[in-house]
Amino acid sequence: MEEAEEEKKDEADYKRLHSFPLIRHSDMPEEMRVETMELCVTACEKHATNNESAAKMIKETMDKRFGSSWHVVIGEGFGFEITHEVKNLLYMFFGGSLAVCVWKCS
Amino acid sequence: AAVRSPDQLELTEAELKQEIIRTLSADNPHVPRDIVRFNFKERAYKLVDDMDHTAVHFTLNGYLIHKDSDEGRRQSIRSCAEAGSFIWFIYDSYVEELERMEKAKEKEKAKPVAVKKEDQKTGRKLSHIDSLSMVARAAKIAERMVNLNTYDDIAQDFKYFEDASDEYRGQKGTLLPLWKFQYEKTKKLAVTALSWNPKYKDLFAVGYGSYDFMKQGHGMLLLYTLKNPSFPEYSFSSESGVMCLDFHSDHPHVLAVGFYDGHVAIYNLKRASPQPSYKSSKSGKHTEPVWQVKWQKDDMDGNRNFFSVSSDGRIVSWTLVKNELVHMDVIKLSADETTMQGPEGLQLQTLGSGISFDFHKKIDYLFLVGTEEGKIYKCSKSYSSQFLDVFEAHHMAVDTVSWNPFHLKVFISCSSDWTVKIWDHTIKTPLFVYDLATAVGDVAWSPYSSTVFAAVTIDGQAHVFDLNVNKLEPLCSQLVVTRKKNKTTHVQFNPADPVIIVGDERGLITCLKLSPNLRKKPKEKKGQEVKKGPEEEIAKLEKLLSLVRQPGKKEEE
Repeated sequence: MEEAEEEKKDEADYKRLHSFPLIRHSDMPEEMRVETMELCVTACEKHATNNESAAKMIKETMDKRFGSSWHVVIGEGFGFEITHEVKNLLYMFFGGSLAVCVWKCS
Repeated sequence: AAVRSPDQLELTEAELKQEIIRTLSADNPHVPRDIVRFNFKERAYKLVDDMDHTAVHFTLNGYLIHKDSDEGRRQSIRSCAEAGSFIWFIYDSYVEELERMEKAKEKEKAKPVAVKKEDQKTGRKLSHIDSLSMVARAAKIAERMVNLNTYDDIAQDFKYFEDASDEYRGQKGTLLPLWKFQYEKTKKLAVTALSWNPKYKDLFAVGYGSYDFMKQGHGMLLLYTLKNPSFPEYSFSSESGVMCLDFHSDHPHVLAVGFYDGHVAIYNLKRASPQPSYKSSKSGKHTEPVWQVKWQKDDMDGNRNFFSVSSDGRIVSWTLVKNELVHMDVIKLSADETTMQGPEGLQLQTLGSGISFDFHKKIDYLFLVGTEEGKIYKCSKSYSSQFLDVFEAHHMAVDTVSWNPFHLKVFISCSSDWTVKIWDHTIKTPLFVYDLATAVGDVAWSPYSSTVFAAVTIDGQAHVFDLNVNKLEPLCSQLVVTRKKNKTTHVQFNPADPVIIVGDERGLITCLKLSPNLRKKPKEKKGQEVKKGPEEEIAKLEKLLSLVRQPGKKEEE
C-alpha cells in the first residue's frame, strides 16, 4: 500500500517537474519559435482531453500567422519522417508525456 | 616457326615488314558521308557535306534548379526531419534538461550566466570565441618572434654588450641607444609620463598629452614591452591629455592616471575595456591639470587609495570605496604672504600650484610637494593646513621632486631654472647644485646606486651623474633625440636592467643602455669583502654628505 502511494507521489512529482514546455528540436528563428511554443502550450491546455482539436487550433492559427500549409501532430507515441520547409519546424514536449510536432510544407 | 591459325592471311616477309600508315581523327566513322538531298533552288540533287559528328554516349536528366531562378523562387526550400515521441524518450529528455538547468544554476552563483534552452546556438558561439582567442595567442607569439629577429642585434646589445672602451674613457660613460618606440597615433603628442611596471620588468606605461596650453587635444595611454618594440601591448584613448600615471605596487594591473582637464581615473589592465574602470566625477575633480598621482598603502578599511596634485593648489586623496572614487582634500597649498584684497573687502587666499610630489619610502606621513613658484613644501598627511617646512628651492617651477631610494634624508629636485639640486630635508640649503645650461625636464634616481641619477634637459640631452665618482660634473651628457625642435620630457630607470627610457615631445621613447662606468659599485679593498645591499648605499652617500656639510671636519678624519 505504501509502495503504491509512493509510486503515485512519484508520478505526480514527475508530472509536475516535467510539465514545462521543452523544445526538443527547432530550426525556427527565435521570435517565431517563442510564439509557436506559446501557442502550442495554450492549445494543449485548452483542449487537454482532445488532441485533435488542439492540433486543429494550432494549425489554423499558424496558417493565419505565417502562411499556408502547416501540419500539426500531437500525441504520446509516434515516430515521424517529414519533409519541411527550412526554418519552419518545431518539435516540442509538454505536460510530461505529450509531444507536439509542427511544420510547414506547401 | 610461328604458330598460325588456319584462317590467317599468308604474307611474304617483305609484305610483313611493310609500314602502313593509319591516321586517327576525331570524326565519327559511323556518320554517313554520302547523303544526297534535293535542292529546290538549283533543282538538282546535292551532296550534304556538314554532318554532325557528335556521338552521345550517355545522358542523364537532373532535377536540381537554381534557387534564384523563377521555378526555384516559386518552390520553397525544404528539408527532411525525423524523430519519435515515445514516453521513455520524453522522460529522458526532461531529466536531461533538469540536470542541465541545475548545473547552470550552480554556475550562476559564481557568474551571472543566462540559461538558454538553445544549447546548440551557445555551443556554436563558444567554439567560435575559443578559436579566435587561440589564433590571437599564436599571432602574438609569432609577432614577438618576428620582432626579435628584426631587432636581433639590439636585443643582443641589450643583454650582453658592455662598452669596453669605458676603460679608456677615464670616468666618463656613454648611453647606448637601443630600441625606439613609436606609435603613429601619438606622433603629434608629447610624452607626459613614464613608469615601469613593478612586477613585469619589461613592461612600461607611457602617458601622452600636450604641455601646450593653447593646443589641447585628446590623450593616450600606451603600455609597451621591451619584447615588442613595434607595437604597444595595451592602448587606451582619452578625451583629455594624460599628464601623469602611476602603477600600484601590489596590483601591477592597476594604473592611476591624471588628466589635463583635472580628472583622475583608474585603469584595470585585466579588463578588456578601453574605458577606465573608475573615473572621478565632475564634483570632485581638480580645476586645473593633474600633474602627478601616486598610490598609497591601503587604508585602514583595506580600500585602495592614491593622491593627486594639481595646479589648483589642492592635494587630494582618492579612495576606492564600493566601486566609487571618493575624494578628500588633504592639503591646500596656501602661500602665506599672498592674501589679497578681493572685491567687497573679502580676504582672498591664493593657492600655490603644485607641480610634483613624492612620498617618503619609510616615513608614511611625510611627503614633499614642488610648486610652480619654485618652493618645495615638506608636508605631513596629518596636518591639512600647515606645512612642516618650506624650502626656497628654485626660481622657476619645480618639475620633479624625488626621495633618494636608499638614504632616508636626501631628496633631489629639478626645475626649469636650469638647475638640479640635492637636499637633506633637515637642512635649508641644498647640498649639491648642478647648472645644466638649459631647462631641466625630469630627474630620476637610479634604483641600483644611491649616488647615481639621470636628468634630461629640453635640448634633447640626457645627463648621468654619479656623486661617488665626480661631484661636480656629469659622467655622461649625450644627445638622445636628433630632430630639431624636440624636447626630452621624461626619464625613468628600469628597476632590474641597466637601461633607461627617455620620452620626448614627439611621442618617441628611446631606450638606452648605461655603460659600465655609469653603474659603478664601490671598489672593494683587498682582503675586505664587498658588502652589497642598501646599507652600503646609504653609507656611501652619507660619507659624501658629511664632506659637504662640514668641510672643515674633513681634515680631522
